[in-house]
Amino acid sequence: MPMLEVENLHVEIEGRKILDGLSLAVNAGEVHAIMGPNGSGKSTLAYVLAGKQEYEVTQGRVLFEGEDMLAMEPDERAAKGLFLAFQYPLEIPGVTGMNFLRTAINAQRKKRGEPELAIPDFMKRLREVAKRLGIEPEMLRRAVNVGFSGGEKKRNEILQMALLEPKLCVLDETDSGLDIDALKIVADGVNRLRSPDRASIVITHYQRLLNYIVPDVVHVLSKGRIVKTGGKDLALELEARGYTEYQTEAA
Amino acid sequence: MRPEIKPMKTAAETALAEAFAAVRAKLPGDRRIAERRAAAFEAFDALGLPHRRVEEWKYTDLRALIREAKPLAAAPDAQAKRRAKGAGALLAGIGARRITFVDGAFVAELSDLVALEPGLSIAPMAKALAESDPLVASRLGAIVPTEDVAVALNTAFMGDGALVRIDRDTRLERPIHLVFAFGSDTASATFTRSLVVAEEGAQATLIESHEGPDGIDYQVNTALELFVGDRAHVDHVKIGIEGARAIHVSTLMASIGAHARLRDLVFTTGGALVRNQLFVRFAGEGATLALNGANLIKGRQHVDNTLVVDHAVPGGFSRELNKSVLDDESRSVFQGKIIVRPGAQKTDGKMMAQALLLSENAEADNKPELEIFADDVQCGHGATAGALDQNLLFYLKARGIPQAEAEALLIQAFVGEAIETLEHEGVKDALMGAAAEWLGSRKQ
Repeated sequence: MPMLEVENLHVEIEGRKILDGLSLAVNAGEVHAIMGPNGSGKSTLAYVLAGKQEYEVTQGRVLFEGEDMLAMEPDERAAKGLFLAFQYPLEIPGVTGMNFLRTAINAQRKKRGEPELAIPDFMKRLREVAKRLGIEPEMLRRAVNVGFSGGEKKRNEILQMALLEPKLCVLDETDSGLDIDALKIVADGVNRLRSPDRASIVITHYQRLLNYIVPDVVHVLSKGRIVKTGGKDLALELEARGYTEYQTEAA
Repeated sequence: MRPEIKPMKTAAETALAEAFAAVRAKLPGDRRIAERRAAAFEAFDALGLPHRRVEEWKYTDLRALIREAKPLAAAPDAQAKRRAKGAGALLAGIGARRITFVDGAFVAELSDLVALEPGLSIAPMAKALAESDPLVASRLGAIVPTEDVAVALNTAFMGDGALVRIDRDTRLERPIHLVFAFGSDTASATFTRSLVVAEEGAQATLIESHEGPDGIDYQVNTALELFVGDRAHVDHVKIGIEGARAIHVSTLMASIGAHARLRDLVFTTGGALVRNQLFVRFAGEGATLALNGANLIKGRQHVDNTLVVDHAVPGGFSRELNKSVLDDESRSVFQGKIIVRPGAQKTDGKMMAQALLLSENAEADNKPELEIFADDVQCGHGATAGALDQNLLFYLKARGIPQAEAEALLIQAFVGEAIETLEHEGVKDALMGAAAEWLGSRKQ
């Protein structure tokens, strides 16, 4: 059984169709890249998987480890092991990074029937991961993402991901706005989570990130459906030739 | 020409006049105090209760809202004292020196006046008035003189309160907590007046809390005059957790000396109708003021925070931040006026009012005013009002935090900004705890 099964997914927002019969199966241990031109529905797919309210699923289903994920609240999905790294991470004034992370970890543990993480264990783990990602401990005492640069916000997403240890990571254009050093740090964070019982979906417009996070499968998304699937070479091909042929093909 | 129409006296105004005539001879104080009471009452009587056509009371029409004036509260009996015994519990953990007033009267057995720190003196105001205390003679009514009607009424009827003096360069580690509790089982009115003098270089944390039962429609008019001497540092926190039917009007009149610092927080969750007015005057150059408000209200509560910051001298620095969290049909009012007098150059004053509306039927009114008569100043104001940010909620939920917990986190963060400027960790924790308790009491 695949970890994630998306079957014939149709999604609208304010009456406008964005996903038009998208199907996708991701097995544990795999990294899938989803590439496509702007407006093809990449971010919509990410938001629908995470459970953002304003998207209306008109047809199809999404199973996560065999369970109907669309019936779950976003926090339940997270507790089951889904993580979305946001394309535009939000600022949370007044909530420190530490408080946010601890609240999130313990909320998930509670939902899974696990005991709360003791503060010293939490701090130790937080320090380790922050150091690896080049995040100053001082930043975690500040309000989440407030006054952070674009690169710092993206690294902060990876920090959250590393601490929450999800089964399925969805990265929504995490590479956008990153310089090459930040990109390597982010890629390293993702690669460290690679394991036979985890999977990732890397959504990106550019092939560059995939030099560092090497995918097992590459999909091309156009006009709300997957129009081509291949190996990692497909990404290189797209980089060389652009998306033009897929845009006309789907039209 | 339209004739000037003087409105007829309301039942409440008539009752106040009758009450004053009946009790004036029994109220504490020498002849000079009695004369001041009479003058104050006359001033009130000429104006009547303030109504919506009086600009300062535009959103809080006391004339319409106070239908009847309750009789003056009787001295608390044993039962009233027993009922008030748990008052101030919110701050029980911080080890403050508690001075308790029940139904407006000082209660020795619920107060801690033993082993006062050197340089600290505390006396009940009724006693100070009766004994013509020189501090009262020289300072009362003189810290920030005002013609405000609520203060006039307070001066006319003032019964008890605290008279606190902190001598020059005395640094108090232990906070002073003035506990005002309503313990009577009959609806009545209290008029408390306190005077706190922090002399040059003194440092103190002063807390007042006001509370009472939910079932009684009692009325509170309380006033505090606060003198912050040159170089003195005072943190003042007023906690309003009155009963659900109470009407509460409070006034702070504070002056800040040269290079002194006052940090003030008014925290309100209780009371049906609450008016907190703050008149703060910069009396010496280079002083710093933080004037914060935090309201968490629901049902049909009405809370009005009105402040006037008077930069009378150069080089003053002031920051006002008012945060209101409004549920159900509650209403918050923020009126903030910054005055910069001629010659008060290099004044830096900024004011911000923010309302978080948890219900479509809640209302927040903001009225900022700047009156600037100097040309080299930095002043500004801003206001925001809105619901909880749905995108932020989604972000928190996507990390596994359930809806109710995510809302609570965001609301606490919102009011927390007004609380965190205080220095005392225990007080901050207690107030964040009170905010959490309020959140817990919200119906989902």
